[in-house]
Amino acid sequence: MKANASLVVLVTQRLVLGLLLLLGVSMLIFAGTQLLPGDPAQAILGQSATPEALANMRKELGLNEPAPVRYARWLGHALTGDFGKALSNGQDISTALGKRLNNTLFLAGCAALVAVPLAVFLGLVAARFRNTWVDKTLSTIGLATTALPEFFVAYILIFLLAVKLQWFSSMSIIFEGMTLWERLDAIALPVMVLTLAVMAHMMRMTRAAILNVMQSAYIETAELKGLSEFQVVVRHALPNALAPIVNVVLLNLAYLVVGVIVIEVIFVYPGMGQYMVDHVAKRDVPVVQACGMVFASIYIGLNIVADIVGIVANPRLRHPK
Amino acid sequence: MKFLNLVRKAPLSAQLGLLLCAAFTLVAALAHWIAPFDSAAIVGDVWMPISTKHWLGTDNLGRDLMSRLIQGTQTTLVIAGLATILSFTLGSVAGFVASVAGGWVDMALSRAVDVLMAIPTLIFALVVLSVFPSTVPVLILVMGILDSTRVYRLARAVAMDINVMDFVEAARLRGEKTSWIVFREILPNALTPLVSELGMRFIFAVLFLSALSFLGLGVQPPDADWGGLVKENKEGIVFGIPAGLAPAAAIALLTIAVNLVADWVLNLTSNVRGEQGNV
Repeated sequence: MKANASLVVLVTQRLVLGLLLLLGVSMLIFAGTQLLPGDPAQAILGQSATPEALANMRKELGLNEPAPVRYARWLGHALTGDFGKALSNGQDISTALGKRLNNTLFLAGCAALVAVPLAVFLGLVAARFRNTWVDKTLSTIGLATTALPEFFVAYILIFLLAVKLQWFSSMSIIFEGMTLWERLDAIALPVMVLTLAVMAHMMRMTRAAILNVMQSAYIETAELKGLSEFQVVVRHALPNALAPIVNVVLLNLAYLVVGVIVIEVIFVYPGMGQYMVDHVAKRDVPVVQACGMVFASIYIGLNIVADIVGIVANPRLRHPK
Repeated sequence: MKFLNLVRKAPLSAQLGLLLCAAFTLVAALAHWIAPFDSAAIVGDVWMPISTKHWLGTDNLGRDLMSRLIQGTQTTLVIAGLATILSFTLGSVAGFVASVAGGWVDMALSRAVDVLMAIPTLIFALVVLSVFPSTVPVLILVMGILDSTRVYRLARAVAMDINVMDFVEAARLRGEKTSWIVFREILPNALTPLVSELGMRFIFAVLFLSALSFLGLGVQPPDADWGGLVKENKEGIVFGIPAGLAPAAAIALLTIAVNLVADWVLNLTSNVRGEQGNV
């Protein structure tokens, strides 16, 4: 009973801490765009605007009020899902963002569905055959893929698989009315690149976590009482190695959501990353703030989930000394 | 002399890494003299194939790609290098001060760093670059400040360990000021672990700059760093022209080289401190 109570307290603490962090992040993202004495009104109307038009525009955008007031209003609207209108084309940001967020989550989700099982499986294989050529080959490939920048891997794959062999399309264009199969075919290459980018880290940690547990005395007991190797690993080692593995997987998912930005631009994929980058170039601050906030929320959210899973899975963390 | 001895005893991978790093530095330093053509001059047709005159062919506007790559090496290494220096100075001084001063100074700095680190670096850089122009000083500042949070964490942790040692206690009892304790007591003893991190921070800066330039928000044309060169020539790849792969390969090669050297330095320093290397 007491253990459960302290668990609830710990999890609540993490959640509150996460919310405070989000609040801090929202301030930072708002402040980051206020550092220059720049004027969005001037940016919208251009250099040739008359003073009257500028004054009207400032009033319309609420620029005459001090920054804290504008921040509070921005945050209040953002919390209700209203990010205002884009400066560049006047469209509603939330509507455009929602569609693109779906696309981004679809891409990142598919990559996770491929990468996570593959990484855990290869990690188990590497641990089983540790210090043999299998293990060494896997770790060398892993090191190589983490050292290479994503766009290098992406363009090598485009050059080989899309241009030379023509197996896949070099662009991942997705539109409404496509069947699921067509969508999956379109994102095959970016999923491959993302998988390569996040897999090595998860694989290494799985291997390390399993090896760490395999050295315990109770594993030796299990081996000595005649269990098969498969049973020892799956029934005895895996449950205790699960917490660090889940943690690494979640951290890599958080990385995936951000790493997707460059990949989306390479493959011309209509996701949130591309939407953000386009509007940075257009100096469309409200859109960039909205995207930054959504990206940061997902990132922080996944990190908190990783923390909580760690607390729930590891009894030792529940009773800090 | 001592350094040469160390190098001779280093494993082959580290020697290879050092050689590559030296080669890149040399190319960057002498870029102006060894580039066969003016990097901004149009010298031929668009995307000409590799030839004896143009070693890597020409780029999307008919400029000599080899010359642009050499000039890009200088741009990349200088910006990434300055950003690394900034992040190290800022991060380590703030980290040392936080651990020595303790109390609310430590609290305020650490919480500020927590918030900064909660936003993915690329996202925050994009937010800031939506209002600031992408000039070289702005890029160095943004990259340096954002990366200093990582150095801060490390420097603070290292200094925490040193801060409780007897000689620091003695200095404090002598009545030395915080600045003396930070620069004369902590810094010399914290240098080794920090230096082994230097390589990784530098390569992170290179990758970060390349990503920004690739997105069109880093170094602005007509100048180009490696990421910018990939961006300029990326359309060619779809037509089977490998021009964009050369700068991408340069990034990959430098990343691997620095990784090899950093691994070696890490092993060396952990051996010096009597710990088990390569955990």
